[in-house]
Amino acid sequence: MTVAIHIENLTRRFNNLVAVDNISFDIEHGEIFGLLGPNGAGKTTTLSMLSTMLKPTSGSATVNGIDIERDEDGVRKSIGIVFQDQSLDEELTAWENMDFHGRLYRIPSDIRKQRITELLRLVELEDRQHDIVKTFSGGMRRRLEIARGLLHHPSVLFLDEPTLGLDPQTRNHLWQYIASLAREKGITIILTTHYMEEADRLCSRVAIIDHGKIIALDTPQNLKDGIGGDVVTIRSPDPAAVIATLTEPWITRAEQHNDEVIVSLQQAEQHISTIVTLLNTHRVPIQSLAIHKPTLEDVFLSFTGKTIREEEADHKTNMRMYQRMVRH
Amino acid sequence: MDIVYTIWLRNMKRYIRSRSRIIGSIAMPLFFLLFLGFGLNSVVQLSGIGGNYVAFLIPGMVAMSVLFTSVFSGIQIIWDKQFGFLKETLVAPVSRLEIMVGQTLGGATTAVLQGSMILVLSVFIGFWISSPVGFLIALGFMILIGISFTAFGIAIASRMEDMTGFQLIMNFVVFPLFGLSGALFPISSLPAWVRPVTLLDPLTYGVEGIRYGLTGVSQINPLVCGAVIGSFTIVMTVLGAFLFRKIRL
Repeated sequence: MTVAIHIENLTRRFNNLVAVDNISFDIEHGEIFGLLGPNGAGKTTTLSMLSTMLKPTSGSATVNGIDIERDEDGVRKSIGIVFQDQSLDEELTAWENMDFHGRLYRIPSDIRKQRITELLRLVELEDRQHDIVKTFSGGMRRRLEIARGLLHHPSVLFLDEPTLGLDPQTRNHLWQYIASLAREKGITIILTTHYMEEADRLCSRVAIIDHGKIIALDTPQNLKDGIGGDVVTIRSPDPAAVIATLTEPWITRAEQHNDEVIVSLQQAEQHISTIVTLLNTHRVPIQSLAIHKPTLEDVFLSFTGKTIREEEADHKTNMRMYQRMVRH
Repeated sequence: MDIVYTIWLRNMKRYIRSRSRIIGSIAMPLFFLLFLGFGLNSVVQLSGIGGNYVAFLIPGMVAMSVLFTSVFSGIQIIWDKQFGFLKETLVAPVSRLEIMVGQTLGGATTAVLQGSMILVLSVFIGFWISSPVGFLIALGFMILIGISFTAFGIAIASRMEDMTGFQLIMNFVVFPLFGLSGALFPISSLPAWVRPVTLLDPLTYGVEGIRYGLTGVSQINPLVCGAVIGSFTIVMTVLGAFLFRKIRL
């Protein structure tokens, strides 16, 4: 395995806000690598630096062995990028958007035509290729952007929140595309997402990022195994009593979040009746009880002590305060 | 050059498709021409071009059409910023200068086309261009106005976040530039203290240049006009390129 992306102590500050805080990791060739974290965690900033759109405050990185600061054009030629926000010209047709891109990357006319036809077929837009993008649905636009990002045959493809705002069916469809792209074309894909399921389904490895720091990095399976078995969520008016009662040795962890207690343990199915009996004998009231296999959401929770949604709410407040500061 | 052409081509495609914009931006100078021209023709006495106010006004309206279209084309970069398309262009392995030059030439081309439409329409209402050479001179001035003010629009757009400031620029910069330029009245008829202000307006030299080309008569020497508007074009292009380079997304 060769290294596609090498990141060393990469940091980016915006005035007092540290958006990306001294991160280091390698991404191997042919991987689908996920940057998972709440909005405002530093995912897009990291991607902007790797795609040379933003200069790092300190640290360094290489993409395909090319330094992102020393040879911007070299990096730009070898990467494709699909931005979080749409970046199509709505007044042009699908074909014209592709053609514009091909010309910008100086792809010779005959190869350009051939590739555009191929890629539009791949994303199933060949029937609509001469329609103006304004008439396209969100899913079609996203597919067109992915096709465009592949036009110059990049060896690394950045996808910033590729399925944000899409319906579940389209999302599933896109996941299949992305997975088959990595498999068939051998492209390294780096995607950012705040959808746990997306990271779990697609990525060979996931880096969980929060407040600009990498807090965990492994395969989704290892991350989930790492939190100690299954998860039992107990809702109760007296969560503290629940934690005090559950002291059995087979319980890996019990933590309170609002009016819920999240318990990690091995083989939850076998122990669930014991848990209920224990709580009943200690007269601890239970409102509801649920068992589930651990998800990346649980992983995030175990590392940060917060659910990803709570984190996002915090970030929004921070960002608003920050914007106010900048404005005044 | 291929990148400049690519950006230019996109501008042309968008222009040809925006019929409402084409018609909309012809309407104002045309109405000015009809209402002011024919309304004031018998009242206004002009020395020089046979006392014909319509003939005097036509070069002004051509300049107006070029001016407004080019500023607008330049400022359109803000939309590209807001709709995200600018990112697609800026992340490509091409220089900012190529993008800026392509955008400027695209805007200037649409502006000159708009101006030419006014010129063609004025032929229908009985206006005669003095000579083929004169027409080429006028075209040259239209191109210079087009380039300089598209670059001016790009310079402004590079510093603006959204379209909220657009009306402000139009009302407090572009409209005064137009009003002071002598497009509507001869500079010589202004009070003595306003004249220096008029001579500070770069558009004055553009209007006078076009007027010289189309009617053979102007109040400022056409060579002076060419030198001033030419220098203005260079300054604006450099400024536009400089500010466009500094755009951060």
